[in-house]
Amino acid sequence: MSVRNHASRHDTDVAIIGGGLVGMSLAYGLLHQGKTVTVFDEGDQALRASRGNFGLVWVQGKGDTCPDYARLTRLSARLWPGLASELRQDTGIDIELQQNGGLYVCLDQASLQQRADMLARMQQDAGGDYPYEVLTAEQARQKEPALGPTIAGATWSPMDGHLNPLLLFRALHQAFARRGGRLINGQPVEHIRPLPDGFDIRLPGACLSAGKVVLAAGLGNKTLAPPLGLHAPVEPNRGQVLITERLKPFIHYPTGHVRQTGEGTVQLGDSKEDVGLDTGTTAEELGKIAARAIRMYPVLEKVRLIRAWGALRVMTPDGYPIYQQSDRYPGAYVVTCHSGVTLGAAHAGPLVDWLLGKDTEISLEAFSADRFPL
Amino acid sequence: MQTDSPFNRLETASAATVTIEIDGQPFTAREGDSVAAALLAAGAIPSRTTPVSASPRAPYCMMGVCFECLVEVDGLANVQGCMVQVSEGMRVRRQNGARALTQGDVHEAV
Amino acid sequence: MKLYDLVIVGAGPAGMAAATAAAEQGLTVAVLDEQAAPGGQIYRAISAPALRDEGILGPDYYHGRRLLAPFARAAVDYIPSASVWEITREREVRFSAGGQARTLRAGRILLATGAQERPVPFPGWQLPGVMSCGAAQIMLKTSGLTPPAPLVLAGSGPLLLLIALQLHRAGVDIAAVLDTTPRDNYLKAGRHVGGALRGWKVLVKGLGYLARLRASGVACLSQVSQLRAEAGEDGKLARVHFTHQGQPRTLSATSLLVHQGVVPNVQLSRAIGIDHRWDEQQLCWRPVTDSWGETNIPGIFVAGDGAGIGGAAAAEQAGRLASWQMARQLGCLDRQDRDRLATPVRRALAPVLAIRPFLDVLYQPAREFLTPSDDTLVCRCEEVTAGDVRRFARMGCTGPNQTKAFSRVGMGPCQGRMCGLTVAQIIADTRQSTPAEVGYYRIRSPIKPLTLRELANLGDTDQP
Repeated sequence: MSVRNHASRHDTDVAIIGGGLVGMSLAYGLLHQGKTVTVFDEGDQALRASRGNFGLVWVQGKGDTCPDYARLTRLSARLWPGLASELRQDTGIDIELQQNGGLYVCLDQASLQQRADMLARMQQDAGGDYPYEVLTAEQARQKEPALGPTIAGATWSPMDGHLNPLLLFRALHQAFARRGGRLINGQPVEHIRPLPDGFDIRLPGACLSAGKVVLAAGLGNKTLAPPLGLHAPVEPNRGQVLITERLKPFIHYPTGHVRQTGEGTVQLGDSKEDVGLDTGTTAEELGKIAARAIRMYPVLEKVRLIRAWGALRVMTPDGYPIYQQSDRYPGAYVVTCHSGVTLGAAHAGPLVDWLLGKDTEISLEAFSADRFPL
Repeated sequence: MQTDSPFNRLETASAATVTIEIDGQPFTAREGDSVAAALLAAGAIPSRTTPVSASPRAPYCMMGVCFECLVEVDGLANVQGCMVQVSEGMRVRRQNGARALTQGDVHEAV
Repeated sequence: MKLYDLVIVGAGPAGMAAATAAAEQGLTVAVLDEQAAPGGQIYRAISAPALRDEGILGPDYYHGRRLLAPFARAAVDYIPSASVWEITREREVRFSAGGQARTLRAGRILLATGAQERPVPFPGWQLPGVMSCGAAQIMLKTSGLTPPAPLVLAGSGPLLLLIALQLHRAGVDIAAVLDTTPRDNYLKAGRHVGGALRGWKVLVKGLGYLARLRASGVACLSQVSQLRAEAGEDGKLARVHFTHQGQPRTLSATSLLVHQGVVPNVQLSRAIGIDHRWDEQQLCWRPVTDSWGETNIPGIFVAGDGAGIGGAAAAEQAGRLASWQMARQLGCLDRQDRDRLATPVRRALAPVLAIRPFLDVLYQPAREFLTPSDDTLVCRCEEVTAGDVRRFARMGCTGPNQTKAFSRVGMGPCQGRMCGLTVAQIIADTRQSTPAEVGYYRIRSPIKPLTLRELANLGDTDQP
């Protein structure tokens, strides 16, 4: 393979393993900082959490037991409009980012109370700067008339929003290609060999050298990490997602379980199942999701389901990301999380500064994998 | 209702006739007709416009595969017209674009 | 949840014959069928054909009565207007009928879901006025309806000529029959002429259609290419453009019927996770089965065109073979009796299947329908063009699941039925790969749209 960057001894400044939302957000940020980037991606049938996610840019309640995560999430949400407009300039693609607030609908008083308590705690941790409201059922229906008569209430935060994850995915790939990024697709990375001043990435029949290597391979990080002196104890957690036929707009705000997309389809989801690498669907779980959605929005009962899928979240034991550089092989990093959409703007910005050894707006120490036993 | 270029009915075995409504107009179909067949026999073509670009469409495969014949039947939208047989008094409406959740479901116009 | 020895999906020739044979061996059988009456597509409405004149459709259609009569008498729970949307590996069958979803459990399952017409993408194929030949035939069978003139037929394969002949018999004025079979196909098919001779009866029948059409004065143009449908001001089909013998030509048309052969309907078998292989001659995917029709998922069988196109006569026999093997597995039939029943059937099947390689190669669609021009709509639901798919293939997408994520191709209500084969061919063509390597959409249940209410109530409606 040819040497692309004559200023460097390497074929590429940074090699990113994984072409999902996490890898591509990092790649996009690195290209902006003038680095040469090569992304290694899998084939057509890879697990790909990026293709199956829900599309929320969600803040309320995130990081209730980890203030650093809550801060990172809020930072990313603030950075999103900038990233969205950059992507639009680069590609002409509108990723349908809307950050007009989000509702978390509760079906019983106990869970509404629990959420209210949690948000009060988080507001306190944030020194008061954590806007939210607890809404009665009637107040919630004033905001969102399609909500049904049997809900208990909702929590509301102006910080929340959503976007079209597939358009984001496409925009990142198109911008990456336009800015000279190199994508190596459909070939498994066989071996990553640390060199005194970089890494060799070995593929079937090819080898490419990189100054730095970032593992952004989702569930694949678990096995890729240890040979590089890194630790990524991630496990799959399945979420099933349902998509309805296209409807004229009737839902104004996303919720944690239901949102209406720019195309008009309604997306339902948020199951959490421990089923290994199975990306299938089950009638039982789809039925539960449908039943809950109908209670929230009774008008959905006659609406048809068009597609459903199972997607695997990339979960660490505590649910928070891992951002870490290898002590043994400096220049090797692991970046893994289950919120590739919400955290996308942070990944394209502050995380790239961190990869390049610059000062970052935010401390990432809390996200070391050292918090997990080996 | 548009009635240009309807499908022509050949001499058929005797069967009951069924009166349905297509966009509010009465139409006499033959028992055993699918809703899609009735639309073609009535010349009610195009039978819908797409939610993506509002382009006109009509039944294409008549065997449940292509989903081009989506139509509102007795208030339920996006029914495959080729998979449902006509019945007396059935109300059929052609669809324009994405279906709306009206019928008094959501009171506030969006 | 009711338990049956055997649940059959589909009441076409394979399903009807299998149900009858299985009930004869004492199995408890349920047949779920999407249609309101048995027959499948080939024998649609055979229990109450619409046409008074039986000469229009011809004797091959009314042969279906010979399957229908024993099926109607057999001790079988026949559930019409039922759309099956999920089958699990544990052999639970979920379906919707009458606005309610229900589940059956089965000792064995036979998928007899038949074929669909191969998607025929060309510029303008989405216009009102353009229909498939199969659709026109269904209209004749179920309603006695014929398309308005001026009428043009275009495509390749026996069904194109058969429906042309049937419409002609019905007194319909046909402006032209445009045969798009490429000249090269005749040479390629020549290699399989040995099999064709063994199955000569089928061949003679096909040649007969053409001869009769020509003799009746219907304009039959061969080696037609660059087919394009154009709309009038009202957005409906107005003209058909094509090239014949190097000359561009245009015909006025209100109706255009198109056909490029049929392919297995594999939506259900794919959703279950059955292994499929690419068939180089039929240019489609087919589930992998043993000689009895059993798949890699124990207890789940496929018979008929859904297992690979063989036609109605072969489908009916394959249905019986599968039933006898399932009866044997369930202890209702011993090995000797199974083989005694199966041997003559296999012998009868041999010549019927021997002609397939010849027909399959002869009627392979022209390139313009496999990898259509950039401006052709490939995904009719989401309105994605061939050019879009090519662009994303060049950007790095290696398969249809990636182009789906990038372009929405295959995301609409038909769940990829109308674009899956085309998208894979375009990606293969663009990346200099093969459809076998490129693969297919990941199909997941439910494979038919159902309302959220039906889904949510599944638990309640399952109570006995």
